[in-house]
Amino acid sequence: MTPISNPASVYFDNAATTPLDPEVLDAMLPFMREHFGNPSSIHGHGRKVRAAIENARKTIAHFLNAAPAEISFTSGGTEADNYAAFGSIRTLGLKHAVTSKLEHHAVLHTLEALAKQGEIELSFVRHDAQGRLDLAHLDELLGTHTRSFVSLMHGNNEIGNLNDIEAISGICRTHGAIFHTDTVQTMGHYRHDVRQLGNHFLVGSAHKFHGPKGVGFLFCNSEVQVQPLIHGGAQERNVRAGTENVYGIVGLAKALEIAYRDMDQHHQHIQALKERFIARLRAEIDDVQFNGLSAEADQSLYTVLNVSLPPSDMNEMLLFNLDINHISASGGSACTSGSNIGSHVLSALGCDPNRGAIRFSMSKYNTADEVDYAVAQLAKMYRKVPA
Amino acid sequence: MLKLPIYLDNNATTPMDPRVLEAMLPYFTDHFGNAASRNHPFGWQAEEAVDYAREQIAQLINCDPKEIIFTSGATESDNLAIKGVYEMYAQKGNHIITATTEHKAVLDTCKHLEKLGARVTYLQVNEEGLISLEELEAAMTPQTILVTIMYGNNEIGVLQDIRAISAIAKKHGALFFTDATQAVGKVPVDVIADGIDLMAFSGHKMYGPKGIGALYVRRKNPRVKVTAQMDGGGHERGMRSGTLNVPGIVGLGKACELARTDMEADTARISAMRDRLERELLTLEESYVNGSREHRLPHVTNISFKYVEGEGLMMGVKDLAVSSGSACTSASLEPSYVLKALGLSDDLAHSSLRFGLSRFTTDEQIDYAIGHVKEAVTKLREMSPLWEMFKEGIDLNSIEWAEH
Repeated sequence: MTPISNPASVYFDNAATTPLDPEVLDAMLPFMREHFGNPSSIHGHGRKVRAAIENARKTIAHFLNAAPAEISFTSGGTEADNYAAFGSIRTLGLKHAVTSKLEHHAVLHTLEALAKQGEIELSFVRHDAQGRLDLAHLDELLGTHTRSFVSLMHGNNEIGNLNDIEAISGICRTHGAIFHTDTVQTMGHYRHDVRQLGNHFLVGSAHKFHGPKGVGFLFCNSEVQVQPLIHGGAQERNVRAGTENVYGIVGLAKALEIAYRDMDQHHQHIQALKERFIARLRAEIDDVQFNGLSAEADQSLYTVLNVSLPPSDMNEMLLFNLDINHISASGGSACTSGSNIGSHVLSALGCDPNRGAIRFSMSKYNTADEVDYAVAQLAKMYRKVPA
Repeated sequence: MLKLPIYLDNNATTPMDPRVLEAMLPYFTDHFGNAASRNHPFGWQAEEAVDYAREQIAQLINCDPKEIIFTSGATESDNLAIKGVYEMYAQKGNHIITATTEHKAVLDTCKHLEKLGARVTYLQVNEEGLISLEELEAAMTPQTILVTIMYGNNEIGVLQDIRAISAIAKKHGALFFTDATQAVGKVPVDVIADGIDLMAFSGHKMYGPKGIGALYVRRKNPRVKVTAQMDGGGHERGMRSGTLNVPGIVGLGKACELARTDMEADTARISAMRDRLERELLTLEESYVNGSREHRLPHVTNISFKYVEGEGLMMGVKDLAVSSGSACTSASLEPSYVLKALGLSDDLAHSSLRFGLSRFTTDEQIDYAIGHVKEAVTKLREMSPLWEMFKEGIDLNSIEWAEH
């Protein structure tokens, strides 16, 4: 049995995962071949890879304006989110947490589990029908509780909304709350300066910015010290045990380096694709709408467009029809493994279930022709049948 | 031409087999999909590759593919198994039995749980490195929920009597977990015949990639469940969330397939080289093999060279990449707790070397290693006053050293 071959196709699901950049793979390959040592070994084979890991840490710290010691490598964004939540709540003995119903499951389920076990009281910040957070409500929630853990994402993976994390961080500072922001969708796509932001935690997952799967990192502000999530070895200065995923870490740093190097150019390119997408859809399909703030250039990720299509018999077969036309997109978040339930984000916004929803998420590899092709396919499906 | 240094530290990590890398490569740039994407071929291809790897792994250890949970490595698997069982079976009891020679990933996790209210029994081992089955039996209580004993030791290679241990656990209604990181792919491991309920292992100890591991969780007789230690998308039957590391999983699968097809031939060749290395090094006076030679992994030997100073020894064998303790603790200068558990003095523990061979080790490399170690030990002893005293027949243990 061999896996099926890759058809000629249009990939618009980059919020789920991105293709690895061949330049990243080139950086990783020497560590899969000749430099294979265990970084904890004191001999030359070990020291060679130890140096690569520490250089990767420095690279990441440099881009974020963090200290290298504030960067810990993890197996991905989910582990980093879990680590920030469990680590700070348990180490600092926090009894109250604030999040929103629009967060990724890695945050939402983690906090819900802690609430269910009675470890914390969990509050949700109110939001409007476009997913704008009510920051006055956040201020009020933090004012009425003693020290809280706040976890609010930067860019929403489904609707693309960008939260004003600087403002949120300021509110958290005022109340002495610990602020974690899930930056999985913005890392490598936007610049982050942790000193200016003043937050306590943020995270990155390499495979969301053309790096490898299975590796991510947590920034943990040196102001806070947290207990490990995984025990058993002195790796990562005792905060994360386990032999390091050396090539993953090397690939992560390389991917971030490329992302920062080419960021303005890619931002411009993808932003233009998104604007073209919006304009062409509006021209071709009656009553097309956009979920959340995804059509607002300054308030949403330039990589994500969540399209709301008019009620139609086509909606049930929307993704299927796109697929037969070799277009890969997502109906909701791809992160709910094995389930076909609707998006919790769209439900929380109160979106009309009779309308179709589809997320197109773009990368530097997409082209204007692909956008036109996708719009043409959608236009065919939603073309008015002449009476 | 022999390339130096010679890598004989395959218990710390193994080089990746080129056949494994070959299998992984398409999944980086071409078949890059998220295995949880349900609506398009990129996702399906990734999922299919993951399912195929699950089958390759299941065939090696004789389990159902559904019983494999992918993790970031053995350390995470150890954490998930022990903490996951502790939380899931809290109603039944809080007692865990382990041994003093376990890997840190097990010991540190147990120590963490002790702080949360667990009662942990740490069984001693004999000078062979084996636990006593009678002591295990005596330690079992109605509150015992888990027995966790490693399959093969990372420092001395000693293989515990897994079938007898699992039978005792089963008899008393406890689950049996084994950290088999060093054993899977090196010796035949059969979770059914061995009576294993949970088992941790990783890719990079068997010529696969780093950053990927697995936890076997039995689904029948009994059906075992663990509480997830990371929440998120509910991947891996809810036991381990997070986007699957598809290329890593493909690599682990391929490594398992190669282990299954090549194990017999590899073992014959590797153990012959290991035996020759050991035989030759034991011709040095006052050198001793640590742990059982009978119940042992085929690629490991751990030898102490008495009257040789530890740091000098490591410097003296600079043409070899070997370990003087477990790789995970070798950055510290503490004597190995595993060797101490066998009854070795600090000095003797420090003067030990662990040789871990691989399928890529050659006879030529072993020839060189033999000469190199013999030369280093002989030279160090020539400079050692302790060796001189020993040769003069002075019983060093009878001397009372004065502080000065």
